[in-house]
Amino acid sequence: MAAVRARRRTAGPLFVAPFMVLFVLLFLGPLAYAAYLSLFQDRLVGGTAFVGLDNYVTAVQDPRLLRGIGRVATFFVIQVPVMLLLALLFALALDSGLLRLARVVRLGIFVPYAVPSVVASLMWGYLYGPDYGPFAQLSRKLGLPAPEFLSDGWMLGSLANIVTWEFVGYNMIILYAALRTIPPDLYEAAAVDGAGPWRIAWSIKLPALRPALLLTLVFSVIGSFQLFNEPNLLQRLAPDVIDSGYTANLYAYSVAFTSQQVNYAAAVSFLLGAVIVVVSYAVLLTANRGRSA
Amino acid sequence: MTNVSRRALLATASAVPLGAALAACGGGDDGGSPAAKPASQSDVDKAMTTPTELTFWTWVPDIQQEVDLFQKKYPAIKVKVVNAGRGTEQYTKLRTALKAGSGAPDVVQIEFQYIPTFTITDDLLDLRPYGAEALKDKFVDWTWGQVTGRDGEVWAIPQDTGPMGMLYRQDIFDKHGIAVPKTWDEFAAAARKLRTADPDVYLTCLSANEAGAWHGLLWQAGAKPYATSGTDITIKVNDEVAKKLAGYWGGLAREGVIGTEANFTDAWFGALNRGKYATWLTAAWGPVFLAGSAKSTSGKWRAAPLPQWDASAPSSGNWGGSTSAVIKTTKNPIVAAQFAQFLNSDPESAKLFATKQFFFPATKAVLADPGYVGDAPAFYGGQKVNQVFADISATVNASFGWPPFLDRAVTDWTETVGKSLAGKTDTVVALDQWQQRLTTFAKSQGFTVQAS
Repeated sequence: MAAVRARRRTAGPLFVAPFMVLFVLLFLGPLAYAAYLSLFQDRLVGGTAFVGLDNYVTAVQDPRLLRGIGRVATFFVIQVPVMLLLALLFALALDSGLLRLARVVRLGIFVPYAVPSVVASLMWGYLYGPDYGPFAQLSRKLGLPAPEFLSDGWMLGSLANIVTWEFVGYNMIILYAALRTIPPDLYEAAAVDGAGPWRIAWSIKLPALRPALLLTLVFSVIGSFQLFNEPNLLQRLAPDVIDSGYTANLYAYSVAFTSQQVNYAAAVSFLLGAVIVVVSYAVLLTANRGRSA
Repeated sequence: MTNVSRRALLATASAVPLGAALAACGGGDDGGSPAAKPASQSDVDKAMTTPTELTFWTWVPDIQQEVDLFQKKYPAIKVKVVNAGRGTEQYTKLRTALKAGSGAPDVVQIEFQYIPTFTITDDLLDLRPYGAEALKDKFVDWTWGQVTGRDGEVWAIPQDTGPMGMLYRQDIFDKHGIAVPKTWDEFAAAARKLRTADPDVYLTCLSANEAGAWHGLLWQAGAKPYATSGTDITIKVNDEVAKKLAGYWGGLAREGVIGTEANFTDAWFGALNRGKYATWLTAAWGPVFLAGSAKSTSGKWRAAPLPQWDASAPSSGNWGGSTSAVIKTTKNPIVAAQFAQFLNSDPESAKLFATKQFFFPATKAVLADPGYVGDAPAFYGGQKVNQVFADISATVNASFGWPPFLDRAVTDWTETVGKSLAGKTDTVVALDQWQQRLTTFAKSQGFTVQAS
């Protein structure tokens, strides 16, 4: 008896061990190292010195970092609702069973997600081109002024368009999968009670989708605040619009690799991580309060 | 010469894309470590006959053929060529390896302008004890100036260069009766004239993201924006010379008579092919590059020196080019130094770089070689383009230096001066912002910043 219990006690940790080892080595370790680095300052003249929280004090007052965070927050507020709404509409339409060629449509919407974001940005960068991009050529043929997708005023919208194009399909699949798990008897019962398709969508499907929607929302918070690939690639096309602090992540990168201030970059990254945690938590809290009310 | 793919050229012209440009002069090695004792001839002979393997990081395509020449001469030495990415990508890896204390190569490709970013951290080997000074006369004077440190150290051996000149469309000039501008005043007048004559054509494009070209133009104008001496640094990117330059280009940009779009993008390549720009102010690697990138305009281009501020004293600047440097942690300093020297100074190897990789030469011998300067490509209507740039090379100012934080200087330039060019705001004001940003950064890095 005692031997069996002892074996049980050791079996648990053993099963968890492979995960824990990798988790500590590949996740907690680097995180702790970054935290450690963020407490130092390495200068070209004078070398490395312990500076405590100085890097964080500098970072919270760094106008370029704050502007970058502000910009991704704006991006989040505008882009995410549009993207999730589109994903929701597509998922509901596919689930309704009324669509012809549903499989083709589903695949078509999902394919952009399979395109690496680097390729997507390069492709859209070409489409946006002010001289030889197809939109510019078309509007010139029609005698209209060419749309300035890469100008200061449009850039955030142009980025939002790329990200939406990439991720609508991904979010749609999550929502669609959640819809497929709803037991069909609920629909039958609703139909018996006289509910039409819109009523079913509103009263059964949407409430059932709530956890999945929340999940996509939290993913989107993280994705938005970590916006990097798209602006990094469009920077080459519009260097005067996208500067090295255009998004918070871009700023951390440029501090680390352009200015070689690795320590400060670690502090910036931690601050950005903190912002993401706070925003994600706020989103969850708001959503849950909505439910209990 | 013209049937080279654009991709190959992009990869080849070693200075081209990654914007930045930088060179060596003022690299401050704190406290001037005493030069090692010169290696004696018997030491060298012994080292060169002892089986040794060197690691050489470079992005130069097909460099194996030059390396083979070295291995043929010294059969005991094996050189392992590693492509660790080009430009900044390689430097990032190199810095990581140097910090980690292992994995750094023995010999490495470094652009002129980046040398001080590695001497400030004391990572390069002074090549004087290994006979590098004897090579001085083989190289064009200003290129040697670029690899020479404050106390006479030789930090690297020049491989290729990019003295700046002007490529122009003869057909567009002829059509509108524009003479090749000899001075910047004539150039500005031509820009206005062309703009009025044909609204679809600009005289040139000064890219708002090409700090390398700006530095080259600063260099031509006689500016000495950076000087490092130990922990003291002088930053003068907004002195009178720079302000003259900023007023000139900012003025043309605000008038709308020049373009400012980003270089080396598809749109820009398209613009060159379709004749949107009548000139390209570029470096000596430009002619071959253009011939590969704008094939449809073959025969229409010609080369000339840059317009001048003072026509009686022609000068030019440099944009791009690179060197071979030896990393201080090498276990085989003699062999590594011999390799860096042989690769770039051996007549056969230096000639190969000019004819196979289309590098613009750094050695006097190749620049005087009739087989090289006599080349008359059809793309330029049979003009001896190499000769034009060889003559320009002789006018490059020898005392231009680079900052120990070049990447930062380039980024800050793009976000101040470059931005003002593209946004048509006051470029002279932007110059002050650039100065301010660099000063703040230098102080935060522990430098004592000298007032200009």
